[in-house]
Amino acid sequence: MLNTFVAVLRRDLLLAWRGRADVLVTLAFFVIVVCLFPFGVGAEPNQLRAIAPGVLWVAVLLSCLLSMHRLFAQDHADGTLEQLLLSSEPAVVWVGAKVLAFWLSTGLPVVVVAPGLALLLDLEQGALPVLVVSLLLGTPILALLGAVGAALTLGVRGGGMLLALLVLPLFVPVLIFGAGAVEAELSGTGAVAHLLLLGGGCAGALALAPWACAASLRISME
Amino acid sequence: MQWDSLSAFWDMGGAAAFVWGSYGVTFALVALEFFLVRRRRLDTVRRLLRWRRAVGKEKKERAA
Amino acid sequence: MTAAERAPRASLFRFAAPQTFYPLAGRLAPWFAAAALVLTLAGMWLGFFVAPTDATQGEVYRVIFIHVPAAWMSMFIYLVMAFWSAVGLVMNTRLSFVMSQALAPTGAMFCFVALWTGALWGRPTWGAYWVWDARLTSQLLLLFLYLGFIALTRAIEDPRRADRAGAMIALVGAVNVPIIYFSVKWWNTLHQGASVSLTKAPSMASTMLAGMLVMAFAAWAYTLAVTLWRVRPMILERERHTEWVGAVLEAEGARAGGGR
Repeated sequence: MLNTFVAVLRRDLLLAWRGRADVLVTLAFFVIVVCLFPFGVGAEPNQLRAIAPGVLWVAVLLSCLLSMHRLFAQDHADGTLEQLLLSSEPAVVWVGAKVLAFWLSTGLPVVVVAPGLALLLDLEQGALPVLVVSLLLGTPILALLGAVGAALTLGVRGGGMLLALLVLPLFVPVLIFGAGAVEAELSGTGAVAHLLLLGGGCAGALALAPWACAASLRISME
Repeated sequence: MQWDSLSAFWDMGGAAAFVWGSYGVTFALVALEFFLVRRRRLDTVRRLLRWRRAVGKEKKERAA
Repeated sequence: MTAAERAPRASLFRFAAPQTFYPLAGRLAPWFAAAALVLTLAGMWLGFFVAPTDATQGEVYRVIFIHVPAAWMSMFIYLVMAFWSAVGLVMNTRLSFVMSQALAPTGAMFCFVALWTGALWGRPTWGAYWVWDARLTSQLLLLFLYLGFIALTRAIEDPRRADRAGAMIALVGAVNVPIIYFSVKWWNTLHQGASVSLTKAPSMASTMLAGMLVMAFAAWAYTLAVTLWRVRPMILERERHTEWVGAVLEAEGARAGGGR
Protein backbone atom coordinates (compact mmCIF):
# COMPACT_ATOMS: atom_id res chain seq x y z
CA MET A 1 0.00 0.00 0.00
CA LEU A 2 2.77 2.34 0.95
CA ASN A 3 4.62 1.19 -2.15
CA THR A 4 1.74 2.25 -4.35
CA PHE A 5 1.54 5.56 -2.57
CA VAL A 6 5.23 6.27 -3.04
CA ALA A 7 5.27 5.02 -6.64
CA VAL A 8 2.33 7.21 -7.68
CA LEU A 9 3.73 10.17 -5.78
CA ARG A 10 7.12 9.84 -7.46
CA ARG A 11 5.59 9.37 -10.87
CA ASP A 12 3.36 12.43 -10.53
CA LEU A 13 6.17 14.56 -9.17
CA LEU A 14 8.36 13.49 -12.06
CA LEU A 15 5.61 14.36 -14.52
CA ALA A 16 5.16 17.72 -12.82
CA TRP A 17 8.89 18.34 -13.07
CA ARG A 18 8.87 17.52 -16.79
CA GLY A 19 5.92 19.83 -17.31
CA ARG A 20 7.27 22.57 -15.09
CA ALA A 21 6.20 25.23 -17.53
CA ASP A 22 2.62 24.65 -16.34
CA VAL A 23 3.63 25.27 -12.75
CA LEU A 24 5.43 28.44 -13.78
CA VAL A 25 2.33 29.64 -15.59
CA THR A 26 0.29 29.12 -12.41
CA LEU A 27 2.86 31.07 -10.42
CA ALA A 28 2.94 33.87 -12.98
CA PHE A 29 -0.84 34.02 -12.85
CA PHE A 30 -0.71 34.32 -9.07
CA VAL A 31 1.84 37.13 -9.24
CA ILE A 32 -0.05 39.04 -11.92
CA VAL A 33 -3.40 38.83 -10.15
CA VAL A 34 -1.86 40.27 -7.00
CA CYS A 35 -0.07 42.99 -8.99
CA LEU A 36 -3.32 44.04 -10.67
CA PHE A 37 -4.89 45.20 -7.43
CA PRO A 38 -2.79 48.34 -6.89
CA PHE A 39 -3.81 49.45 -10.40
CA GLY A 40 -7.44 48.85 -9.55
CA VAL A 41 -7.69 50.32 -6.06
CA GLY A 42 -4.80 52.78 -6.11
CA ALA A 43 -1.30 52.51 -4.69
CA GLU A 44 -2.06 54.15 -1.36
CA PRO A 45 0.02 52.03 1.09
CA ASN A 46 -2.53 52.18 3.89
CA GLN A 47 -5.25 50.88 1.67
CA LEU A 48 -3.05 48.17 0.20
CA ARG A 49 -2.02 47.07 3.65
CA ALA A 50 -5.66 46.80 4.66
CA ILE A 51 -6.66 44.59 1.74
CA ALA A 52 -3.41 42.60 1.46
CA PRO A 53 -4.51 39.43 3.33
CA GLY A 54 -7.72 39.16 1.37
CA VAL A 55 -6.07 39.88 -1.98
CA LEU A 56 -3.33 37.31 -1.41
CA TRP A 57 -5.78 34.66 -0.33
CA VAL A 58 -8.17 35.27 -3.22
CA ALA A 59 -5.24 35.12 -5.65
CA VAL A 60 -4.09 31.82 -4.11
CA LEU A 61 -7.59 30.46 -4.43
CA LEU A 62 -7.88 31.47 -8.08
CA SER A 63 -4.50 30.14 -9.11
CA CYS A 64 -5.25 26.86 -7.34
CA LEU A 65 -8.55 26.67 -9.21
CA LEU A 66 -6.84 27.43 -12.50
CA SER A 67 -4.51 24.45 -12.21
CA MET A 68 -7.06 22.10 -10.66
CA HIS A 69 -8.40 20.64 -13.89
CA ARG A 70 -4.89 19.35 -14.69
CA LEU A 71 -5.01 16.99 -11.72
CA PHE A 72 -6.68 14.08 -13.53
CA ALA A 73 -6.97 15.34 -17.12
CA GLN A 74 -3.67 13.89 -18.37
CA ASP A 75 -4.22 10.49 -16.75
CA HIS A 76 -7.76 10.47 -18.06
CA ALA A 77 -6.60 11.17 -21.60
CA ASP A 78 -3.92 8.46 -21.75
CA GLY A 79 -5.92 5.78 -19.94
CA THR A 80 -3.76 5.65 -16.81
CA LEU A 81 -6.73 6.51 -14.66
CA GLU A 82 -8.70 3.53 -15.93
CA GLN A 83 -5.77 1.21 -15.20
CA LEU A 84 -5.42 2.62 -11.70
CA LEU A 85 -9.12 2.13 -11.03
CA LEU A 86 -8.90 -1.47 -12.26
CA SER A 87 -5.89 -2.24 -10.08
CA SER A 88 -6.39 -4.09 -6.83
CA GLU A 89 -4.97 -1.27 -4.73
CA PRO A 90 -7.54 0.77 -2.79
CA ALA A 91 -8.27 3.90 -4.80
CA VAL A 92 -7.92 6.14 -1.74
CA VAL A 93 -4.20 5.40 -1.60
CA TRP A 94 -3.26 6.57 -5.07
CA VAL A 95 -5.82 9.38 -5.02
CA GLY A 96 -4.12 10.63 -1.86
CA ALA A 97 -0.72 10.34 -3.54
CA LYS A 98 -1.91 12.25 -6.59
CA VAL A 99 -3.39 15.05 -4.52
CA LEU A 100 -0.24 15.28 -2.43
CA ALA A 101 1.90 15.44 -5.57
CA PHE A 102 -0.42 18.11 -6.95
CA TRP A 103 -0.15 20.14 -3.77
CA LEU A 104 3.64 19.80 -3.68
CA SER A 105 3.97 20.90 -7.29
CA THR A 106 1.43 23.75 -7.40
CA GLY A 107 0.38 24.61 -3.86
CA LEU A 108 3.78 24.74 -2.27
CA PRO A 109 5.40 27.07 -4.86
CA VAL A 110 2.54 29.51 -4.36
CA VAL A 111 3.09 29.40 -0.61
CA VAL A 112 6.77 30.08 -1.14
CA VAL A 113 6.16 33.08 -3.40
CA ALA A 114 3.37 34.59 -1.29
CA PRO A 115 5.55 36.35 1.35
CA GLY A 116 7.42 38.17 -1.40
CA LEU A 117 4.17 39.42 -2.85
CA ALA A 118 2.99 40.38 0.62
CA LEU A 119 5.90 42.81 0.74
CA LEU A 120 4.69 44.38 -2.51
CA LEU A 121 1.40 45.08 -0.78
CA ASP A 122 3.27 46.49 2.23
CA LEU A 123 1.99 43.83 4.61
CA GLU A 124 3.69 44.13 7.99
CA GLN A 125 6.61 41.75 8.21
CA GLY A 126 5.48 40.48 11.59
CA ALA A 127 2.43 38.97 9.93
CA LEU A 128 4.39 37.04 7.30
CA PRO A 129 4.85 33.86 9.37
CA VAL A 130 1.12 33.74 10.04
CA LEU A 131 0.45 34.21 6.34
CA VAL A 132 2.74 31.31 5.48
CA VAL A 133 1.28 29.04 8.15
CA SER A 134 -2.27 29.86 7.11
CA LEU A 135 -1.39 29.08 3.50
CA LEU A 136 0.35 25.86 4.51
CA LEU A 137 -2.78 24.74 6.36
CA GLY A 138 -5.28 26.13 3.87
CA THR A 139 -3.93 25.17 0.45
CA PRO A 140 -4.14 21.41 1.16
CA ILE A 141 -7.86 21.89 1.85
CA LEU A 142 -8.20 23.69 -1.47
CA ALA A 143 -6.37 20.87 -3.25
CA LEU A 144 -8.45 18.16 -1.56
CA LEU A 145 -11.82 19.81 -2.17
CA GLY A 146 -10.80 20.79 -5.68
CA ALA A 147 -9.81 17.19 -6.39
CA VAL A 148 -13.39 16.07 -5.72
CA GLY A 149 -14.68 18.72 -8.11
CA ALA A 150 -12.06 17.83 -10.72
CA ALA A 151 -13.00 14.15 -10.46
CA LEU A 152 -16.70 14.92 -10.95
CA THR A 153 -16.19 17.23 -13.93
CA LEU A 154 -13.69 14.94 -15.64
CA GLY A 155 -14.16 15.11 -19.40
CA VAL A 156 -17.36 17.18 -19.15
CA ARG A 157 -17.72 19.95 -21.71
CA GLY A 158 -17.22 23.37 -20.16
CA GLY A 159 -15.57 21.56 -17.26
CA GLY A 160 -13.37 24.44 -16.18
CA MET A 161 -16.18 26.89 -15.48
CA LEU A 162 -18.27 24.15 -13.98
CA LEU A 163 -15.45 23.22 -11.64
CA ALA A 164 -15.25 26.84 -10.49
CA LEU A 165 -18.99 26.97 -9.84
CA LEU A 166 -18.84 23.71 -7.89
CA VAL A 167 -15.87 24.36 -5.64
CA LEU A 168 -15.71 28.12 -5.10
CA PRO A 169 -18.62 28.15 -2.63
CA LEU A 170 -16.89 25.34 -0.75
CA PHE A 171 -13.68 27.37 -0.63
CA VAL A 172 -15.34 30.24 1.25
CA PRO A 173 -14.65 28.95 4.78
CA VAL A 174 -10.96 28.48 3.89
CA LEU A 175 -10.83 32.03 2.57
CA ILE A 176 -12.52 33.38 5.69
CA PHE A 177 -10.19 31.67 8.13
CA GLY A 178 -7.07 32.06 6.01
CA ALA A 179 -7.38 35.77 5.40
CA GLY A 180 -8.90 36.14 8.87
CA ALA A 181 -5.80 34.66 10.49
CA VAL A 182 -3.56 37.31 8.92
CA GLU A 183 -5.97 40.10 9.76
CA ALA A 184 -6.29 38.90 13.34
CA GLU A 185 -2.52 38.90 13.66
CA LEU A 186 -2.38 42.45 12.30
CA SER A 187 -5.09 43.69 14.62
CA GLY A 188 -3.32 42.12 17.59
CA THR A 189 -6.06 39.69 18.61
CA GLY A 190 -3.89 36.71 17.78
CA ALA A 191 -4.27 34.25 14.94
CA VAL A 192 -4.26 31.05 16.97
CA ALA A 193 -8.01 30.44 16.85
CA HIS A 194 -8.12 30.91 13.09
CA LEU A 195 -5.13 28.68 12.53
CA LEU A 196 -6.55 25.97 14.76
CA LEU A 197 -9.80 26.04 12.81
CA LEU A 198 -7.87 25.87 9.54
CA GLY A 199 -5.91 22.93 10.92
CA GLY A 200 -9.14 21.23 11.94
CA GLY A 201 -10.55 21.82 8.47
CA CYS A 202 -7.37 20.40 6.97
CA ALA A 203 -7.63 17.27 9.12
CA GLY A 204 -11.30 16.87 8.25
CA ALA A 205 -10.63 17.30 4.53
CA LEU A 206 -7.76 14.80 4.74
CA ALA A 207 -10.04 12.28 6.38
CA LEU A 208 -13.04 12.67 4.06
CA ALA A 209 -11.99 14.12 0.71
CA PRO A 210 -9.83 11.23 -0.61
CA TRP A 211 -12.76 8.85 -0.21
CA ALA A 212 -15.16 11.28 -1.84
CA CYS A 213 -12.63 11.83 -4.62
CA ALA A 214 -12.12 8.10 -5.21
CA ALA A 215 -15.88 7.56 -5.32
CA SER A 216 -16.27 10.49 -7.73
CA LEU A 217 -13.59 9.11 -10.02
CA ARG A 218 -15.40 5.80 -10.10
CA ILE A 219 -18.64 7.58 -10.96
CA SER A 220 -16.96 9.49 -13.77
CA MET A 221 -15.14 6.54 -15.28
CA GLU A 222 -17.98 4.01 -15.30
CA MET B 1 -59.39 45.44 9.93
CA GLN B 2 -56.25 47.54 9.56
CA TRP B 3 -56.98 49.38 6.36
CA ASP B 4 -59.22 52.44 6.15
CA SER B 5 -59.50 52.27 2.40
CA LEU B 6 -58.33 50.33 -0.62
CA SER B 7 -55.75 53.00 -1.43
CA ALA B 8 -54.33 52.72 2.09
CA PHE B 9 -54.00 49.00 1.51
CA TRP B 10 -52.15 49.50 -1.75
CA ASP B 11 -49.92 52.12 -0.19
CA MET B 12 -48.76 49.78 2.62
CA GLY B 13 -47.78 52.64 4.89
CA GLY B 14 -45.50 54.07 2.22
CA ALA B 15 -43.66 50.83 1.63
CA ALA B 16 -45.70 49.75 -1.38
CA ALA B 17 -42.72 49.21 -3.69
CA PHE B 18 -40.96 46.94 -1.21
CA VAL B 19 -43.93 44.86 -0.13
CA TRP B 20 -45.57 44.52 -3.52
CA GLY B 21 -42.18 44.11 -5.21
CA SER B 22 -41.54 41.11 -2.99
CA TYR B 23 -44.92 39.49 -3.50
CA GLY B 24 -45.02 40.32 -7.19
CA VAL B 25 -41.66 38.77 -8.02
CA THR B 26 -42.38 35.72 -5.87
CA PHE B 27 -45.69 34.99 -7.54
CA ALA B 28 -44.27 35.73 -10.98
CA LEU B 29 -41.52 33.16 -10.35
CA VAL B 30 -44.01 30.61 -9.05
CA ALA B 31 -46.17 31.12 -12.14
CA LEU B 32 -43.12 30.87 -14.38
CA GLU B 33 -41.99 27.64 -12.74
CA PHE B 34 -45.47 26.20 -13.02
CA PHE B 35 -45.58 27.11 -16.70
CA LEU B 36 -42.10 25.68 -17.39
CA VAL B 37 -42.92 22.40 -15.66
CA ARG B 38 -46.11 22.07 -17.67
CA ARG B 39 -44.36 22.82 -20.93
CA ARG B 40 -41.60 20.37 -20.17
CA ARG B 41 -44.17 17.65 -19.62
CA LEU B 42 -45.96 18.34 -22.91
CA ASP B 43 -42.66 18.55 -24.78
CA THR B 44 -41.45 15.27 -23.34
CA VAL B 45 -44.64 13.41 -24.16
CA ARG B 46 -44.65 14.75 -27.71
CA ARG B 47 -40.96 13.97 -28.28
CA LEU B 48 -41.18 10.47 -26.85
CA LEU B 49 -44.29 9.72 -28.89
CA ARG B 50 -42.46 10.73 -32.05
CA TRP B 51 -39.44 8.67 -31.01
CA ARG B 52 -41.63 5.67 -30.28
CA ARG B 53 -43.36 5.83 -33.65
CA ALA B 54 -40.04 6.20 -35.44
CA VAL B 55 -38.69 3.14 -33.64
CA GLY B 56 -41.89 1.18 -34.30
CA LYS B 57 -41.78 1.99 -38.00
CA GLU B 58 -38.16 0.94 -38.23
CA LYS B 59 -38.97 -2.37 -36.62
CA LYS B 60 -41.85 -2.98 -39.01
CA GLU B 61 -39.70 -2.15 -42.02
CA ARG B 62 -37.01 -4.49 -40.86
CA ALA B 63 -39.55 -7.26 -40.38
CA ALA B 64 -41.02 -6.74 -43.88
CA MET C 1 -37.27 -1.71 -9.31
CA THR C 2 -36.29 -5.33 -9.11
CA ALA C 3 -36.93 -5.32 -5.40
CA ALA C 4 -40.49 -4.21 -6.02
CA GLU C 5 -41.01 -6.89 -8.64
CA ARG C 6 -39.79 -9.55 -6.30
CA ALA C 7 -41.84 -8.45 -3.32
CA PRO C 8 -44.98 -6.67 -4.47
CA ARG C 9 -46.48 -6.93 -1.00
CA ALA C 10 -43.83 -4.78 0.66
CA SER C 11 -46.17 -1.84 0.27
CA LEU C 12 -43.73 0.98 1.00
CA PHE C 13 -41.13 -0.16 -1.48
CA ARG C 14 -43.79 -0.65 -4.10
CA PHE C 15 -43.78 3.07 -4.75
CA ALA C 16 -40.06 3.03 -5.35
CA ALA C 17 -40.87 1.38 -8.68
CA PRO C 18 -41.28 3.98 -11.43
CA GLN C 19 -44.40 2.43 -12.93
CA THR C 20 -46.27 2.60 -9.62
CA PHE C 21 -44.86 5.97 -8.68
CA TYR C 22 -45.71 7.65 -11.99
CA PRO C 23 -49.52 7.39 -11.70
CA LEU C 24 -49.36 8.03 -7.95
CA ALA C 25 -47.46 11.27 -8.55
CA GLY C 26 -50.00 12.27 -11.19
CA ARG C 27 -52.86 11.65 -8.79
CA LEU C 28 -51.31 13.42 -5.80
CA ALA C 29 -49.86 16.52 -7.46
CA PRO C 30 -53.18 18.35 -8.16
CA TRP C 31 -54.24 17.88 -4.54
CA PHE C 32 -51.02 19.39 -3.29
CA ALA C 33 -51.37 22.24 -5.77
CA ALA C 34 -54.92 22.91 -4.57
CA ALA C 35 -53.73 22.80 -0.95
CA ALA C 36 -50.95 25.25 -1.82
CA LEU C 37 -53.45 27.65 -3.38
CA VAL C 38 -55.86 27.50 -0.43
CA LEU C 39 -53.08 27.83 2.12
CA THR C 40 -51.54 30.77 0.24
CA LEU C 41 -54.86 32.59 0.17
CA ALA C 42 -55.40 31.89 3.87
CA GLY C 43 -51.86 32.94 4.73
CA MET C 44 -52.13 36.16 2.74
CA TRP C 45 -55.44 36.95 4.40
CA LEU C 46 -53.86 36.38 7.83
CA GLY C 47 -50.81 38.34 6.82
CA PHE C 48 -52.49 41.37 5.34
CA PHE C 49 -55.80 41.65 7.19
CA VAL C 50 -55.43 39.96 10.57
CA ALA C 51 -51.81 40.51 11.60
CA PRO C 52 -51.38 43.97 13.14
CA THR C 53 -48.97 46.65 11.99
CA ASP C 54 -45.53 46.15 13.47
CA ALA C 55 -44.71 48.72 16.14
CA THR C 56 -41.16 49.44 14.94
CA GLN C 57 -41.12 48.51 11.27
CA GLY C 58 -44.56 49.59 10.13
CA GLU C 59 -46.09 47.74 7.21
CA VAL C 60 -42.85 46.65 5.53
CA TYR C 61 -42.52 43.70 7.82
CA ARG C 62 -45.34 42.01 5.87
CA VAL C 63 -42.63 40.75 3.54
CA ILE C 64 -41.88 38.26 6.32
CA PHE C 65 -44.79 36.07 5.22
CA ILE C 66 -42.91 35.03 2.12
CA HIS C 67 -39.34 35.76 3.15
CA VAL C 68 -39.11 33.39 6.10
CA PRO C 69 -41.03 30.48 4.55
CA ALA C 70 -38.90 30.78 1.40
CA ALA C 71 -35.69 30.77 3.42
CA TRP C 72 -36.82 27.76 5.46
CA MET C 73 -37.91 25.93 2.35
CA SER C 74 -34.66 26.57 0.47
CA MET C 75 -32.64 25.06 3.31
CA PHE C 76 -35.02 22.20 3.87
CA ILE C 77 -35.10 21.29 0.18
CA TYR C 78 -31.31 21.08 0.12
CA LEU C 79 -31.41 18.64 3.03
CA VAL C 80 -34.07 16.54 1.30
CA MET C 81 -31.99 16.61 -1.88
CA ALA C 82 -28.95 15.38 0.01
CA PHE C 83 -31.09 12.73 1.68
CA TRP C 84 -32.36 11.37 -1.64
CA SER C 85 -28.84 11.52 -3.05
CA ALA C 86 -27.53 9.43 -0.16
CA VAL C 87 -30.39 6.96 -0.55
CA GLY C 88 -29.66 6.73 -4.25
CA LEU C 89 -25.94 6.13 -3.77
CA VAL C 90 -26.42 3.57 -1.01
CA MET C 91 -29.49 1.66 -2.20
CA ASN C 92 -28.94 2.24 -5.90
CA THR C 93 -32.54 3.33 -6.50
CA ARG C 94 -32.83 5.41 -9.65
CA LEU C 95 -35.99 7.12 -8.52
CA SER C 96 -34.15 8.81 -5.64
CA PHE C 97 -31.75 10.52 -8.04
CA VAL C 98 -34.69 11.72 -10.10
CA MET C 99 -36.31 13.09 -6.96
CA SER C 100 -33.24 15.05 -5.94
CA GLN C 101 -32.87 16.51 -9.43
CA ALA C 102 -36.54 17.44 -9.56
CA LEU C 103 -36.25 19.26 -6.23
CA ALA C 104 -33.24 21.37 -7.14
CA PRO C 105 -34.86 24.04 -9.37
CA THR C 106 -37.60 24.70 -6.82
CA GLY C 107 -34.99 24.93 -4.07
CA ALA C 108 -32.99 27.41 -6.11
CA MET C 109 -36.16 29.39 -6.80
CA PHE C 110 -36.99 29.66 -3.09
CA CYS C 111 -33.38 30.57 -2.39
CA PHE C 112 -33.59 33.43 -4.87
CA VAL C 113 -36.96 34.53 -3.47
CA ALA C 114 -35.50 34.62 0.03
CA LEU C 115 -32.62 36.79 -1.19
CA TRP C 116 -34.84 39.08 -3.26
CA THR C 117 -37.38 39.65 -0.51
CA GLY C 118 -34.56 40.02 2.00
CA ALA C 119 -33.07 42.79 -0.11
CA LEU C 120 -36.40 44.59 -0.48
CA TRP C 121 -37.06 44.24 3.21
CA GLY C 122 -33.56 45.39 4.08
CA ARG C 123 -33.69 48.67 2.15
CA PRO C 124 -36.36 50.38 4.32
CA THR C 125 -35.30 48.72 7.60
CA TRP C 126 -31.49 48.90 7.49
CA GLY C 127 -31.14 51.45 4.71
CA ALA C 128 -29.33 49.06 2.36
CA TYR C 129 -30.47 46.42 -0.11
CA TRP C 130 -27.65 44.18 0.87
CA VAL C 131 -25.59 43.81 4.00
CA TRP C 132 -23.02 41.08 4.41
CA ASP C 133 -24.96 39.58 7.23
CA ALA C 134 -24.31 35.95 8.14
CA ARG C 135 -27.76 34.77 7.19
CA LEU C 136 -27.91 36.62 3.87
CA THR C 137 -24.40 35.53 2.95
CA SER C 138 -24.96 31.86 3.68
CA GLN C 139 -28.23 32.05 1.76
CA LEU C 140 -26.27 33.41 -1.20
CA LEU C 141 -23.75 30.58 -0.94
CA LEU C 142 -26.60 28.10 -0.76
CA LEU C 143 -27.88 29.52 -4.04
CA PHE C 144 -24.43 28.89 -5.55
CA LEU C 145 -24.52 25.31 -4.29
CA TYR C 146 -27.90 24.83 -5.94
CA LEU C 147 -26.64 26.32 -9.20
CA GLY C 148 -23.57 24.09 -9.12
CA PHE C 149 -25.72 21.00 -8.62
CA ILE C 150 -28.07 21.95 -11.44
CA ALA C 151 -25.22 22.88 -13.79
CA LEU C 152 -23.36 19.62 -13.11
CA THR C 153 -26.37 17.36 -13.64
CA ARG C 154 -27.29 19.22 -16.83
CA ALA C 155 -23.73 19.21 -18.24
CA ILE C 156 -23.22 15.44 -18.05
CA GLU C 157 -24.97 13.67 -20.86
CA ASP C 158 -24.91 10.10 -19.59
CA PRO C 159 -27.86 10.02 -17.15
CA ARG C 160 -26.32 7.35 -14.96
CA ARG C 161 -23.16 9.37 -14.45
CA ALA C 162 -25.14 12.62 -14.08
CA ASP C 163 -27.24 11.02 -11.33
CA ARG C 164 -24.29 9.85 -9.33
CA ALA C 165 -22.10 12.90 -9.85
CA GLY C 166 -24.99 15.15 -8.81
CA ALA C 167 -25.64 13.03 -5.75
CA MET C 168 -21.97 13.22 -4.81
CA ILE C 169 -21.82 17.00 -5.05
CA ALA C 170 -25.11 17.32 -3.15
CA LEU C 171 -23.61 15.27 -0.32
CA VAL C 172 -20.34 17.21 -0.34
CA GLY C 173 -22.38 20.40 -0.24
CA ALA C 174 -24.54 19.14 2.61
CA VAL C 175 -21.45 18.33 4.68
CA ASN C 176 -20.15 21.83 3.94
CA VAL C 177 -23.33 23.80 4.61
CA PRO C 178 -22.89 23.83 8.41
CA ILE C 179 -19.20 24.69 8.01
CA ILE C 180 -20.05 27.52 5.62
CA TYR C 181 -22.75 28.83 7.94
CA PHE C 182 -20.48 28.70 10.96
CA SER C 183 -17.55 30.33 9.20
CA VAL C 184 -19.68 33.09 7.70
CA LYS C 185 -21.16 33.78 11.13
CA TRP C 186 -17.69 33.98 12.67
CA TRP C 187 -16.48 36.27 9.89
CA ASN C 188 -19.58 38.42 10.25
CA THR C 189 -19.24 38.96 14.00
CA LEU C 190 -15.62 39.97 13.53
CA HIS C 191 -16.31 42.44 10.76
CA GLN C 192 -19.60 44.00 11.67
CA GLY C 193 -20.03 43.70 15.37
CA ALA C 194 -23.54 44.40 16.54
CA SER C 195 -24.08 47.43 14.32
CA VAL C 196 -26.87 45.68 12.47
CA SER C 197 -29.06 43.75 14.78
CA LEU C 198 -31.18 41.28 12.92
CA THR C 199 -32.86 39.63 15.84
CA LYS C 200 -36.58 39.67 15.41
CA ALA C 201 -38.74 41.48 17.90
CA PRO C 202 -39.06 39.12 20.84
CA SER C 203 -42.79 39.57 21.14
CA MET C 204 -44.09 38.57 17.76
CA ALA C 205 -47.86 38.79 17.60
CA SER C 206 -49.35 35.33 17.46
CA THR C 207 -51.29 36.24 14.33
CA MET C 208 -48.01 37.12 12.60
CA LEU C 209 -46.59 33.74 13.55
CA ALA C 210 -49.77 32.03 12.38
CA GLY C 211 -49.60 33.76 9.01
CA MET C 212 -45.96 32.77 8.62
CA LEU C 213 -46.65 29.13 9.47
CA VAL C 214 -49.60 28.92 7.09
CA MET C 215 -47.43 30.37 4.32
CA ALA C 216 -44.72 27.84 5.18
CA PHE C 217 -47.22 25.01 4.77
CA ALA C 218 -48.27 26.55 1.47
CA ALA C 219 -44.63 26.48 0.35
CA TRP C 220 -44.42 22.81 1.35
CA ALA C 221 -47.52 21.89 -0.59
CA TYR C 222 -46.33 23.88 -3.61
CA THR C 223 -42.93 22.19 -3.54
CA LEU C 224 -44.51 18.75 -3.38
CA ALA C 225 -46.85 19.52 -6.27
CA VAL C 226 -44.21 21.00 -8.55
CA THR C 227 -41.67 18.28 -7.73
CA LEU C 228 -44.13 15.49 -8.45
CA TRP C 229 -45.05 17.15 -11.72
CA ARG C 230 -41.42 17.53 -12.62
CA VAL C 231 -40.61 13.94 -11.74
CA ARG C 232 -43.21 12.53 -14.12
CA PRO C 233 -41.67 13.48 -17.49
CA MET C 234 -38.23 12.60 -16.09
CA ILE C 235 -39.48 9.10 -15.34
CA LEU C 236 -40.98 8.78 -18.83
CA GLU C 237 -37.70 9.86 -20.36
CA ARG C 238 -35.65 7.33 -18.44
CA GLU C 239 -38.08 4.43 -18.78
CA ARG C 240 -38.93 5.07 -22.41
CA HIS C 241 -37.89 1.58 -23.50
CA THR C 242 -40.41 -0.12 -21.23
CA GLU C 243 -43.87 -1.39 -22.09
CA TRP C 244 -45.73 0.66 -19.52
CA VAL C 245 -44.29 3.96 -20.75
CA GLY C 246 -45.40 3.00 -24.24
CA ALA C 247 -48.94 2.51 -22.96
CA VAL C 248 -48.84 5.82 -21.05
CA LEU C 249 -47.57 7.65 -24.12
CA GLU C 250 -50.25 6.21 -26.38
CA ALA C 251 -52.93 7.19 -23.86
CA GLU C 252 -51.50 10.73 -23.62
CA GLY C 253 -51.27 10.98 -27.38
CA ALA C 254 -54.89 9.92 -27.79
CA ARG C 255 -55.98 12.44 -25.17
CA ALA C 256 -54.08 15.25 -26.88
CA GLY C 257 -56.39 14.80 -29.87
CA GLY C 258 -55.14 11.99 -32.08
CA GLY C 259 -51.64 13.30 -31.62
CA ARG C 260 -49.11 13.56 -34.35
